[in-house]
Amino acid sequence: MKKQHTGWLGKVYLALVLVILYLPIFYLVYYSFSSGKTMEKFGHFSLVHYRVLATDTRMIQIVINTAIIALLSSLIATVIGTLGALVIKRVRFRQQRQVLLSLNNVLMVSPDVLIGASFLIFFTVIGLRLGFVSVLLSHIAFSIPIVVLMVLPKLNEMSPTLADAAADLGATPWQSLSRVTLPAMTPGILVGYFMAFTYSLDDFAVTFFVTGNGFTTLSVEIYSRARQGINLEINALSTVVFLLSLALVAGYYFLSSRAGRRNRVMTVKEGDVQ
Amino acid sequence: MMKKQQAFFFVPYLLWIVLFVIAPLVLIIYQSFQNLSGHFTWANYASYLGSATYLKMTAESVWCALVITVVTLVISYPTAVVLNRLPNKQFWLLLVILPTWINLLLKTYAFIGLFAHNGSVNHFLEFLGLGAHQLLFTDTSFIIVASYIELPFMVLPIFNSLASLPSSLINAAADLGASRWQTFTRVIWPLSLSGVKAGIQAVFIPSLSLFMITRLIAGNRVITLGTAIEEHFLTTQNWGMGSTIGVILILAMFIVMGLTGEKKKQQGGRH
Repeated sequence: MKKQHTGWLGKVYLALVLVILYLPIFYLVYYSFSSGKTMEKFGHFSLVHYRVLATDTRMIQIVINTAIIALLSSLIATVIGTLGALVIKRVRFRQQRQVLLSLNNVLMVSPDVLIGASFLIFFTVIGLRLGFVSVLLSHIAFSIPIVVLMVLPKLNEMSPTLADAAADLGATPWQSLSRVTLPAMTPGILVGYFMAFTYSLDDFAVTFFVTGNGFTTLSVEIYSRARQGINLEINALSTVVFLLSLALVAGYYFLSSRAGRRNRVMTVKEGDVQ
Repeated sequence: MMKKQQAFFFVPYLLWIVLFVIAPLVLIIYQSFQNLSGHFTWANYASYLGSATYLKMTAESVWCALVITVVTLVISYPTAVVLNRLPNKQFWLLLVILPTWINLLLKTYAFIGLFAHNGSVNHFLEFLGLGAHQLLFTDTSFIIVASYIELPFMVLPIFNSLASLPSSLINAAADLGASRWQTFTRVIWPLSLSGVKAGIQAVFIPSLSLFMITRLIAGNRVITLGTAIEEHFLTTQNWGMGSTIGVILILAMFIVMGLTGEKKKQQGGRH
């Protein structure tokens, strides 16, 4: 009897938490359909803010920039991160491996502000002009560790006898890598690529530091518009972003269930807070 | 021949470590010892430690982060417990996690509308007869928004530690005559402590450094360590002082990880 009571109370509590979690998001979406100009009073149903968004060429250019950065940086980060996992796996001594892993994780645990500030100093010291290249390099840099962390477990799962067997059967190192190791890593590589992609899409703080004047990504643009106050075009944008995020989450679960991690509990977007 | 091929594999990743992990870290420490004209100096640290403003700012930032951590922990722990008892727990967990996939700035922006003087929260307060209040540009608003954003990051590790807790232990406690409260304080809580610690790490450090939330929600009312770094780097262009505060943030990070991370050793001893 007692247990059932707490169950009921618990469900109400959970419902309340979920309402709080989703209220701000649906609040944004709700007002995106208002004809008014503020989030205080709903005018009448209207798609005017979506029309403004669709004809906002600056915003469209920024969306394209963001997509290019995300696609390119995650691709390059995936290649380097996969090589990194192979490097870490190849290191024989446990302590050296531990050092490499710790170095790998530095950018995972550092607050974004520090990554942004230190990259800004770095780019200034080497004399790189801030803009597309500096943003791209930064996104590659902070995405590499997550790829390594997604690929490495796949390598560790792989039986070492497989590579030996390949060598015994006369495979060159290259053949053994491309025919045996690479297929074993593929699920991890896909999830890693995906995580890198969403890290890049969502990043604000690092980009904000290294972007300079000429080049802007979506997060930075949302920030500068939000600083000027309420603008329901951002609400319309958030509806679009919300739907895209849902699609991405669906994609992530598709990939990770194929990667055989169905029972593994999900990854949060760490990049979000740090 | 093979050695050369291997080197080709090693280079990109090791180059990344040198250029983007070690170099920036060294540079920020180096920069913290530079004055505005680029000479070596202890002045940044001296003025940080000697200035009541900086110390007060640091203390306030730590205090805010502490409050945010406690608030998220108090809300998250029961949430994780309830989640764990539900039949479709992975699905419900997904619902809790899903908001983290939505751009942080959009979520923060929502609160500008919610907390506005004529906004929905004030309407609700008036409806309750509490009257309208100034909500934006206060410490409280920053704490609420930061807690809101970081809530899932606290729920997840606690949920994970609870989910990996064998139910046989709880049954055993009950069989041995423990009350529900005793089972909780003696079995469940100690065994979920690693999740709680991971959650504290995931919430406390970002709370010190999230500058966009303070900027958007609290204006210049709340200055966290992160806000101060952003200000020195991008507004006043005093990189030396900004880096000094950055080093303080690194130290704070190590302290938090030291206080919450002693489980590492135990894990190493696991068979």
